[in-house]
Amino acid sequence: MTAPPLLELDDLHTFFYTDTGVARSVDGVSFSVGAGETVGVVGESGCGKSVTALSILRLVRAPGRIEPGSAIRFEGKDLMTLDEGEMQHIRGNRIAMVFQEPMTALNPVFTVGEQIAEVARIHGGMSRKEARAKAVEMLTLVGIPAPEQRAGEYPHQLSGGMRQRVVIAMALVMNPALIIADEPTTALDVTIQAQILELMADLTRRLGTSILLITHDLGVVAENCSRVIVMYAGEVVEEATAVELFGRAHMPYTEGLLGAMPRVGGESERLATIPGTVPPPTAWPAGCRFRDRCPYSWDRCEREHPPLYQIGAGHTSRCHLAEEPEHRNHPHPPLAAQRGASAA
Amino acid sequence: MSRQTTIAAGAMTEGGAEPILSVRDLTKHFPIKKGIFGRVGGAVRAVDGVSFDVAAGETLAVVGESGCGKSTTGRAILRLIEPTSGSVRFNGQDVLALGAGELRALRRQLQIVFQDPFSSLNPRMSIGAIVREGLTIHGLAEGAAADARVKQLLEEVGLRPEYASRYPHEFSGGQRQRVGIARALSVEPKFIVCDEPVSALDVSVQAQVVNLLQDLQRDRGLSYLFIAHDLSIVEHIADRVAVMYLGHIVELAPVQAMYSRPIMPYTQALLSAVPAPEPGVKRERILLAGDVPSPANPPSGCVFHPRCQHPARDAACAAIVPPLEEKAPGHWAACIKQPPSVVSWEAQRAAGGTNPPDFYLPVSALHRSADGAPRAHAFTPPR
Ligand SMILES: Nc1ncnc2c1ncn2[C@@H]1O[C@H](COP(=O)(O)OP(=O)(O)OP(=O)(O)O)[C@@H](O)[C@H]1O
Ligand SMILES: Nc1ncnc2c1ncn2[C@@H]1O[C@H](COP(=O)(O)OP(=O)(O)OP(=O)(O)O)[C@@H](O)[C@H]1O
Ligand code: SF4
Ligand code: SF4
Ligand SMILES: [Mg+2]
Ligand SMILES: [Mg+2]
Repeated sequence: MTAPPLLELDDLHTFFYTDTGVARSVDGVSFSVGAGETVGVVGESGCGKSVTALSILRLVRAPGRIEPGSAIRFEGKDLMTLDEGEMQHIRGNRIAMVFQEPMTALNPVFTVGEQIAEVARIHGGMSRKEARAKAVEMLTLVGIPAPEQRAGEYPHQLSGGMRQRVVIAMALVMNPALIIADEPTTALDVTIQAQILELMADLTRRLGTSILLITHDLGVVAENCSRVIVMYAGEVVEEATAVELFGRAHMPYTEGLLGAMPRVGGESERLATIPGTVPPPTAWPAGCRFRDRCPYSWDRCEREHPPLYQIGAGHTSRCHLAEEPEHRNHPHPPLAAQRGASAA
Repeated sequence: MSRQTTIAAGAMTEGGAEPILSVRDLTKHFPIKKGIFGRVGGAVRAVDGVSFDVAAGETLAVVGESGCGKSTTGRAILRLIEPTSGSVRFNGQDVLALGAGELRALRRQLQIVFQDPFSSLNPRMSIGAIVREGLTIHGLAEGAAADARVKQLLEEVGLRPEYASRYPHEFSGGQRQRVGIARALSVEPKFIVCDEPVSALDVSVQAQVVNLLQDLQRDRGLSYLFIAHDLSIVEHIADRVAVMYLGHIVELAPVQAMYSRPIMPYTQALLSAVPAPEPGVKRERILLAGDVPSPANPPSGCVFHPRCQHPARDAACAAIVPPLEEKAPGHWAACIKQPPSVVSWEAQRAAGGTNPPDFYLPVSALHRSADGAPRAHAFTPPR
């Protein structure tokens, strides 16, 4: 790729200054999203996925702060240098966000048609009448039956799946270059999830919209993303194409996530587990942050924080096994398992 | 129209084993209050005539979309909510006829683990006290013996015994779910209703809890009613699966039969919607039209008819309530267009039917071939 990527995070640090210490929730994250690309972000609860998303839109609230030295380049601008007015323009026109719970993005006292029309009027400079027609058009586009009638209904009158489609319709009205979708289908049922993901895939095909898809469902990632970023303890720990990641995961944490996932049609043996839990962000361990849960760790992992090693074309892994693969031959029970599954 | 019941008692466990739990025509309607005077105007038919059996040592999974009545079914069985009608027999006892004292005794054998590990534990009680409560209520152990038992239970679910003095907020979701399981186990039940015990958890923690449940079943011969919406977990843990839609069981079959030859069109759509965890593999989806209708105003006839993709669907589907009937040995499904059916083609025609029944099984719904091998997926490179 010769053209610069649409979005590029460079050494993003976002910290929360809490009573119990500084939570280093996002601790040096770099990755990029190309035009028309769908990139997945996966990782356990608390590893910093949502804070990364909020940072891109500069929506982190006190006691949180994006640390100096972080760069967020989007369409050639460093978003960190923009003032709030310019940032609002980006949020309203170029980057849309879809959250897990659609109610948070909808206003309960306006009809969904009014809410979509409002976005069209402000961002598309349309007249009231044009905007209203646009709202119905968008509801049709996202597959809401009887869109004329639904446009006149309030959010509480719609099901969860329909509300999420309304939020996506609002996001699309501004024809953004990038949609950040944070667990957009987690609260929905599989059949509705299939509808929403189909809709988003269709958009990238037809409009060339880029999508940053945050999810904990590896099946969703496999089906929808061309590239995957695995986060652990505030860092990117592995990045690869979806095919490479599912076929040749390198970082033991990624292996663990893949092993723990039950597969429909898969063999019904015992599920693999990752003992222990993510350490608190106020006290990331020195060395490799996954060390206590890793079956291959050795003394170097305790001493030395692993950098992102390049282990193949477009494939990076934050694990010393890249340099000393022989340690894979001697797996041992992880420290967390030795202390009992409860040790956290 | 009342639902035809083609179920003989005891006929619904695999291989006809004597059931430990037998549920017949279970119904729960929640009245809808309208206006300031609380007049009752209609009802939410949350569970509408559900029948099934669970054998000792068996896991029956209950799946279906949000709001289809899974939790209500689980709670009604334990009488945490009073069913509107129907019968529930546990170990030969008529559960719905029990008085308060007998009900308490029953709950020693029949326990529940709740959907939400964050709200189901009392935040003001230490986890030791939470686990100990059941021991005290049922007079199973006191004093030092109870302390020892609590420690043992915590160890059994993989928690450190010294955690007994800590409070729920100090634990992660997976750990709290373990506390819920330890609480259920404290009274040595025979049967546990597990209401989405792993839905709120990360895959890594989910695997820990699923393995734990399976170990406990093996060691203690427990039976589970396992409520879930994740079909891959269900395939992993269940012996048989019941699919619910709008308060009805629409299909009930051994897991292998369900995943290799789903009969009811809704089950087919549900299975086709599960994402394949292999990159580049994009299964053909049966995309259902619209959303689940409201259980306050369910469609006539087959409750699935407004969204059904069966090519033979016709006016008869909107008129006739399909009975849950045994279409193949041990494989029950409710669809008049999937032969064989006790609702004859003549009867369907009389009800306005225009398309004769014709067996329909889209490839996209299949996850296993008939011999049980995982279905091979054609590999297409990702975009
Ligand atoms: N407002 C806040 N104040 C203090 N800490 C916070 C705040 N918001 C997030 N954090 C912390 O930052 C870390 C990362 O949180 P984040 O929400 O990004 O996790 P996540 O990866 O999105 O997890 P999940 O899968 O549960 O959504 C967590 O440990 C969280 O407790
Ligand atoms: N106490 C109540 N009063 C009125 N309606 C109720 C009550 N409890 C449940 N319902 C309704 O009954 C229906 C079935 O609810 P239930 O909780 O059993 O669904 P579920 O299948 O467990 O869904 P989920 O997957 O979201 O947990 C829903 O329409 C719900 O709104
Ligand atoms: S660096 Fe060491 S501890 Fe960390 S993941 Fe690799 S092998 Fe495991
Ligand atoms: S009875 Fe008719 S509407 Fe119902 S599932 Fe069968 S074909 Fe579809
Ligand atoms: Mg999040
Ligand atoms: Mg429920």
